Amino acid sequence: MSSNAVRTEQMQEDDSFLIGGKRFSSRLIVGSGKYPSFQTTRDATIAAGAEMITVAVRRVNITDPNKESLLEYFADLKDLTILPNTAGCYTLEDCLRTARLARAAGVGDFVKVEVIGDEKTLYPDNELTIEACKILSDEGFICLPYITDDPITARKCEEAGAAAVMPLASPIGSGLGIQNEHSLRFIIEQSKVPVIVDAGVGTPSDAARCLEMGADGVLTNSAIALAKDPVLMAAAMKQGVAAGRLAYRAGRMPKKQFASASSPDSGLI
Amino acid sequence: MSSESIEIVFNGESRSTQSATVAELLKEFELAGRKVAVELNREIVQRSDYSGIALKNGDSIEIVQFVGGG
Repeated sequence: MSSNAVRTEQMQEDDSFLIGGKRFSSRLIVGSGKYPSFQTTRDATIAAGAEMITVAVRRVNITDPNKESLLEYFADLKDLTILPNTAGCYTLEDCLRTARLARAAGVGDFVKVEVIGDEKTLYPDNELTIEACKILSDEGFICLPYITDDPITARKCEEAGAAAVMPLASPIGSGLGIQNEHSLRFIIEQSKVPVIVDAGVGTPSDAARCLEMGADGVLTNSAIALAKDPVLMAAAMKQGVAAGRLAYRAGRMPKKQFASASSPDSGLI
Repeated sequence: MSSESIEIVFNGESRSTQSATVAELLKEFELAGRKVAVELNREIVQRSDYSGIALKNGDSIEIVQFVGGG
């Protein structure tokens, strides 16, 4: 086998991972909000190579029930896991109620557990989120909690039965990228469940950095949906995630304080 | 459908309907077969019960679906 063939095989070898017992090859989870149309949502999701997509739970429109339904655009994508969120919930009760309704609608047991604690920052209420994970995991839900980049909260969510933890990089929809690399590293180092960096990813380089650090995946919505060309950005995000993951597996060079010549010192003319 | 109409609160709005069951209400609002979830007086109604559960005056019903979100 040629050396090139060996390398290609290495890159393509099974690098999948499990969340709640389900196997995923793609490490890019996408959102479905803020898109100009459902068709663009679909095209971008396919371009991203995503195998999981978040959706929100809201009242049906009684005055215009015929309004198109988002999920109809994904009905033929059988391998796509639907991840309903509990976005917009500020209390434990609302979070549990939303999760249970989502499951009753028949899209499976996955839920992005989200209990918001503050309107301005949209930071999660970690305490209620942990509590929700406990209750919902006991009910058989596969919980992916959205949390701050706090290692203690991440650990408690894991102990509460969460199938993955999803610390934020920066506030939801901000596109500010990783604000506290050190905290995220602690979470990645300690977690026995997958770590998905959720919220704040603004560009493919942000996503690549998350994966390079050893995060198992990223979840991004606005960075794709609000790009001038969402479908192109989705393709870019896919490559950013793939590059970051390969770099993590390759192992980066050690950092040095000073220059270190790449060309030999000897044999100079 | 029964001919008598009842008053219910549907997704927070007062409505009058002739639908006698959850299944009929879903049909009335063209939601039959859609991926929705139903809550009647704060209790989730399972799909298999849609036809069996009768609506009565003063019931509060919530019907939700999935929309775009992150």
